[in-house]
Amino acid sequence: MKTLFFLLEKEFKQLMRNKGVIRTLFIMPAVQLILMPMAADYSVKNIHIAVVDNDHSTYSQKLINKIKSSGYFTLTGYAPSYKEALVLVEQDKADLTLHIPAGFERTLVRENTEKIYVAINAISGTKASLGGAYLTSIMQDFNNQIRLQWLHGTPDNTPQVTVAPYYWYNPFMDYHLYMVPGILVTLITALAAMQSAFNIVAEKESGTIEQINVTPIKKHIFIIGKLLPFLVLATLVFTMGLILARVIYGIVPLGSLVTLYLSLIMYLFAMLGLGLLISTYSNTQMQAMSLAFFFINIFNMLSGVFTSIDSMPLWAQYIVETFPPSHFIKIMRMVVLKGSGLGDITYHLAAMFVIGLVFNTWAVLNYSKRS
Amino acid sequence: MKQLLVFIRKEFLQVFRDRKTLLMLFGLPIAQIVLFGFALSTEIKDSKIVVVDYAKDETSTQIITKIAGSRYFDVQQSLQSTAQLEAAFKKGIIKMAVVFPANFSKDLLHTNHATIQIIADASDPNTATTITNYITNIINTYNVQLANAAGQPLQIVPEVQMLYNPELKGAPNFVPGVMALVLMLVCTMMTSVTIVKEKELGTMEILLVSPFKPIYIIFSKLVPNLIISIVNLFIILILSSVFLDLQVKGSLLLLVFATTLFIVTSLSVGLLLSIGAKTQQAAMTSSLMGMMLPTMLLTGFLFPIENMPWLLQVLANLVPSRWFFIIVKRVMLEGLGFAAVWKEILILVAMCAFLLTISLRSFKIRLQ
Amino acid sequence: MRPVIKTDKLTKRFGAFVAANELTFEVEKGEIFGFLGANGAGKTTAMRMLCGLLMPSSGKATIAGFDVYTQTDQIKRRIGYMSQKFSLYDDLTVTENIRFYGGIYGMEIKEIKAKTLELLAELQLEKEAKTLVRDLPLGWKQKLAFSVSLVHSPDIVFLDEPTGGVDPVTRRQFWDLIYHAADKGVTVFVTTHYMDEAEYCNRVSIMVDGVIAALDSPAKLKKKYGYDNIEDVFYELARKAKRSE
Repeated sequence: MKTLFFLLEKEFKQLMRNKGVIRTLFIMPAVQLILMPMAADYSVKNIHIAVVDNDHSTYSQKLINKIKSSGYFTLTGYAPSYKEALVLVEQDKADLTLHIPAGFERTLVRENTEKIYVAINAISGTKASLGGAYLTSIMQDFNNQIRLQWLHGTPDNTPQVTVAPYYWYNPFMDYHLYMVPGILVTLITALAAMQSAFNIVAEKESGTIEQINVTPIKKHIFIIGKLLPFLVLATLVFTMGLILARVIYGIVPLGSLVTLYLSLIMYLFAMLGLGLLISTYSNTQMQAMSLAFFFINIFNMLSGVFTSIDSMPLWAQYIVETFPPSHFIKIMRMVVLKGSGLGDITYHLAAMFVIGLVFNTWAVLNYSKRS
Repeated sequence: MKQLLVFIRKEFLQVFRDRKTLLMLFGLPIAQIVLFGFALSTEIKDSKIVVVDYAKDETSTQIITKIAGSRYFDVQQSLQSTAQLEAAFKKGIIKMAVVFPANFSKDLLHTNHATIQIIADASDPNTATTITNYITNIINTYNVQLANAAGQPLQIVPEVQMLYNPELKGAPNFVPGVMALVLMLVCTMMTSVTIVKEKELGTMEILLVSPFKPIYIIFSKLVPNLIISIVNLFIILILSSVFLDLQVKGSLLLLVFATTLFIVTSLSVGLLLSIGAKTQQAAMTSSLMGMMLPTMLLTGFLFPIENMPWLLQVLANLVPSRWFFIIVKRVMLEGLGFAAVWKEILILVAMCAFLLTISLRSFKIRLQ
Repeated sequence: MRPVIKTDKLTKRFGAFVAANELTFEVEKGEIFGFLGANGAGKTTAMRMLCGLLMPSSGKATIAGFDVYTQTDQIKRRIGYMSQKFSLYDDLTVTENIRFYGGIYGMEIKEIKAKTLELLAELQLEKEAKTLVRDLPLGWKQKLAFSVSLVHSPDIVFLDEPTGGVDPVTRRQFWDLIYHAADKGVTVFVTTHYMDEAEYCNRVSIMVDGVIAALDSPAKLKKKYGYDNIEDVFYELARKAKRSE
């Protein structure tokens, strides 16, 4: 235990001496946590629409006005034909086109039914599906309106089911509420897995590890001494993140802080284990960086911060289940936004613990003082 | 010129001797393209929902069957009352609850109007909006059925066509995005770290006292990374064509040209970072922790840039991958030609020239 | 007197390659034992086995009476080690390095403080106590590293090419430190490439191709091979080497 004290003392002194890196480790997450949630906003507002109105009737005008005033769409312009509207899509000037065929109003009145053509640039998935959904619901609304008029104001005598949505936990559909906790996790991820790996590898590279190996210091004490400072550092950055989330975005965790910090420690147990594992496979900082980058990048993309895990194919969901961040991101969102308690997140806590156990055991087995 | 070749050879040998780094250089793009190409999708489907049916009559059962039949929903067992909802939401096992009030059918029959309550877990607003829209669409279709029976007039039928990506797959959006992301980050990191490493080890001094122009030293550092990245480009293109069924629709030559330009730009960013950093750790921290998230978000493949606040839009314009992403999308997926991407290419040329000039200049200053 | 290092047919194989073959020798307490050999002769392998860093393939060895197979922990408490790679933390100060290494050997803080003052005085580094090690000249660093390897008063200290890249004056001072330690009863086990340093040792062994080709006091070796310096003895033996680096 006493040797651990000296080891920790040394690690902290070295960390604190490296002012540049320490500053970056706090400033970078802070800046990113403040700015990045503003970028991660799915609420689709400016859908650019190109309109081909070949009818020029009252109905077509009314429909176009309704779309324009909905607040979701920006009219890029009118195109004389579908072909020309398509050019606007190709140039990314329009995300979708609305084509009202010639004689629309006449056909609608005469035959009681007529089509409207919508073409959506489906490469950017979210915009496409949301834009399409908005547009169809506007058209449906319009449809009901003209029907009422058609029936000369008499109350619609057809039965109608309406939907009354209630949005729990986030009634104003504020995206920041959802993104800030997730982004905080990705910032912690990079810090924990990468810096701990570098730290151990740097000692290999400089040769001081050789000196440590001839001392009677125990393997596990050395590892704890190496990882504990990063646990502290990550906890500090996490705390700073929670404070920033509160000050800048007004996000106050609904659940208990004890639950949050307990989960954080479990998460760091897993991620520092990964850092340790990476360090045992690397002889140079370059290798450690390459490996760390590999995992961190995959974690960031697949752990559900920006894309939904539920939309993935089943096999991918199983893979993602082995990524510690996917569990911690879920926990953060559940505890912060919904006030979930320990009982609700048991599964995720246990999963992180098991993953952490695997990483750490593997690393310790692989980290040999004596070959 | 011969000296330069000797140098480039040395750089290559160093890169290729380190198997683990090599594994990352080639393994990362392969793993990511395959994994992301298959796994990532923005389409929300199979959302887990519960039904709380207080009405338990023919109409509510009909609607429930319709909802259950949709591929967007995965109806979990029904709950007896809304009191159990809170617990289910907190555990995160359901996304939404559909509640039929007790007098649902009675209302529909007597007042011609009935309301279904939708309670969505809006902690994720995107999913909440989308699945509410899905439900609304299902109900609207049901309304049309009700209406047709009653002889509803003036039926407008929207014919929706999904261009370029009819199945709404994630891959067409993510492949260009990941390409931009991976190439940019790998190039930046590799360049800054290899240069700083020589500084740290003191070998840079040896190079600098050799009768060799500093520009050659930089050049010899950049060439291996450039070639590796071009090889990576082809690996990515082959993989996406074989596995993801995404072929290059436009001119391959144009794509390769644009990629080379983009890679050189990214290498210059790395060069610039290396000048500021004293240790490898500092270089990696700034290139990995500092750049990963911003590049991911500001490239535009996850979130539309035009939705962002102006400050971030300005920042995004400074990120080279943002422009490269547009070029790849247009040339590779939409099959458009030079006329459609000349502006983006021009921007990359300008960025590249600017970055190279200032980093070369500050590199020289450091020598004196 | 009981030998402090005692080996019997100590062997290390890496696959088919025999890095160290049946090494048998003894080193007495307070002796300065030189360990010579060309690069790749197996010096470092032998030393690593004795320090408990490398598990021997066969043979026996005891260090301070402890077995290298089973009692590595006890061995580590009784040895000091200074490697050819510089082994202090250059982002810690002189005092902090001493404190750290003293600490991980389980010394009390009071004890460490006393020892620190003693070491600083011996090295005349009092003024640099708060200087970062990276800002010290190389010669001082090496002397400091040697002193730090003695901080926990070990029975034996292993020095792996301790004077590489150091100027002749500092080398001389370094050897004064070594003599000083040996006078106090510390056994010194040192590998070196400098043949003049070999002359300073009580006994030297010369390794060739993984085996000990010669082992005796410098004077006796010179006599036996008929040269007037160790350098020529070394060349004579090393020329016969079949394997190179």
